[in-house]
Amino acid sequence: MYHALLFFHVLAAFFLAMAALIYSAFVLGSPVNRATRLVAEILWGVGGLGTLAFGVWLALNRPQYDIFDGWIIAALVLWVLATGSGARASQGVQPAGDDSAVAIDRRTAFAHWMRIFWFTALLVIMVWKPGA
Amino acid sequence: MSVLTTLASITRDDSWDLPLFVHILGAMVLVGGLALSATSLIVAWRSGSAALTKLGFMSLFCGALPGYIVMRAGAQWIAHKEGLDNDDVDLTWVNIGFSVSDLGFVLLLVSLVIGGIAVRRINRGEGGAPSLSARIAAGLVSLFLVASLVAVWAMTVKPT
Repeated sequence: MYHALLFFHVLAAFFLAMAALIYSAFVLGSPVNRATRLVAEILWGVGGLGTLAFGVWLALNRPQYDIFDGWIIAALVLWVLATGSGARASQGVQPAGDDSAVAIDRRTAFAHWMRIFWFTALLVIMVWKPGA
Repeated sequence: MSVLTTLASITRDDSWDLPLFVHILGAMVLVGGLALSATSLIVAWRSGSAALTKLGFMSLFCGALPGYIVMRAGAQWIAHKEGLDNDDVDLTWVNIGFSVSDLGFVLLLVSLVIGGIAVRRINRGEGGAPSLSARIAAGLVSLFLVASLVAVWAMTVKPT
């Protein structure tokens, strides 16, 4: 049970990473195609829900972890911040009809890079587990 | 052995943390680059977009390749630290990880070469539709992406 939960939790985190990298390409000036953006949105949505659901399930499943541990609370806060930044970035990136690069405004770019920052911080918390 | 590896994964030494972080961060950049490349090349396959063919190649060169190097460096760091790089060690999950990594590197290099040829043809104006080489690259990149997710399974479930 533990290994299955861990696998789906980590797989969901990789989905988030895939979406974040695709959006990084958009923000850096790559063509924004409708299908590619849709794939990124699906990966971000499934990854976000998966990391949260399987992460909480893992915390409840393992006797050495408690849902109110400091590092788990910190991870949940970072998840909310990353999701909020991601939603703002998604709104600002709309596909061009001819597969060309689109102009990304500064607020959208800032929201995206904040998403990357929160996501990396989340990874740091997951690896080091401070206080666990 | 299964119990030992499970315990190791739960109560690992703190000195593992930095190499593990490097390994996972590299792996995430790698699969992100592969996902962007595969999606772009598959869409280009259908639409004939030269811009997406170029994006497919550039995401391999600027995303997947650097990610692979960082992922592999982190893997070697951990393996050396824990003595898992000895010939005596025969753990299935370690073998799967190194096999996917080695085979994946070959797939990545071949995709980069034939993707580069496809981009060169586009830059020379030799036809608007993606070439056969771009389609082969799409297949190879997709294969490496699936194999990478199998490696994620092996690293977390740790089958022995």
